[in-house]
Amino acid sequence: MYEVIAFYIFAISTMVLFTITVMSKNVLYAMTALAAGMVMISGFFFLLGADFLGVVQLIVYVGAVMALYAFSMMFFDATKDIKEKHQNSTLVFVLGGLMALVFVVMFSAPIIGENIQALYPVGLAEGLGAFGNAQDVGLVLFTKYLVPFEVAAVMLLVAMIAGIILAGKKMDYSLTECEASDKELEDKILKGGAK
Amino acid sequence: MMEIGIGHYLILSGLLFSIGFVGVLRRKNLLMLFFATEVMLNAVNVAFAAIGNYYGDLSGQMFAFFVIAVAASEVAVGLGLLIVLYKKYGSLDLDVIATMKG
Repeated sequence: MYEVIAFYIFAISTMVLFTITVMSKNVLYAMTALAAGMVMISGFFFLLGADFLGVVQLIVYVGAVMALYAFSMMFFDATKDIKEKHQNSTLVFVLGGLMALVFVVMFSAPIIGENIQALYPVGLAEGLGAFGNAQDVGLVLFTKYLVPFEVAAVMLLVAMIAGIILAGKKMDYSLTECEASDKELEDKILKGGAK
Repeated sequence: MMEIGIGHYLILSGLLFSIGFVGVLRRKNLLMLFFATEVMLNAVNVAFAAIGNYYGDLSGQMFAFFVIAVAASEVAVGLGLLIVLYKKYGSLDLDVIATMKG
């Protein structure tokens, strides 16, 4: 009963919030709606018994990724409304609807499939005297998925270095200031030519 | 009351994915495009967790973890690239940035 109510509340709020993210003209509104939608998505993970995944979603997405976006707002002008030229929006919505259909068909394939069994069943750690989703996840992550885990760690390191190098280059000089001084110089030259 | 099954979660995930897909198709600002891809990634994560729960298997959750890791590194590199682009062109609009007119 509570699960049903919770599912519908989370479902409606995520859809509304993500629609705001996609349709809003203001970057700040879009970002805030996206962050709130991520919090609601973590609710689904808790409902599905994936507690650790829900916590990771809250920490990594709502904490880290959103903070990164918020910091990048300092570089881009976030207060101005974004003007976008839209063309052929009916085609876009038709394609989106078709995409939803394809997605549901694609993911309902494992329901139709009969001879699928769980390789790593939930409650794996119970035999070892430990309970809970976090223990299960740890057990599987550090046995079967150890190599992908290490590769993901290296990938995050590479991404961090790339981010530092890309964003930190020429941090000490401002492009807009430089443009202003260029314009002054241009004006001076033009005035000199007129005289 | 109806029981919430895997079908509910898959339909919801499909709808969220299509919201993100519409965003990717109609957005012209690069930052907003990033937001739309985040929506799509989250939709897929919900589907992974739901299917994992349906089979009582942990592999679905594992894949969702790796999707989150990939999304985090994608944002780090992508935002660095956006800052470089903004410094170069003074705008994040795709119509301004596009140099190859097809």
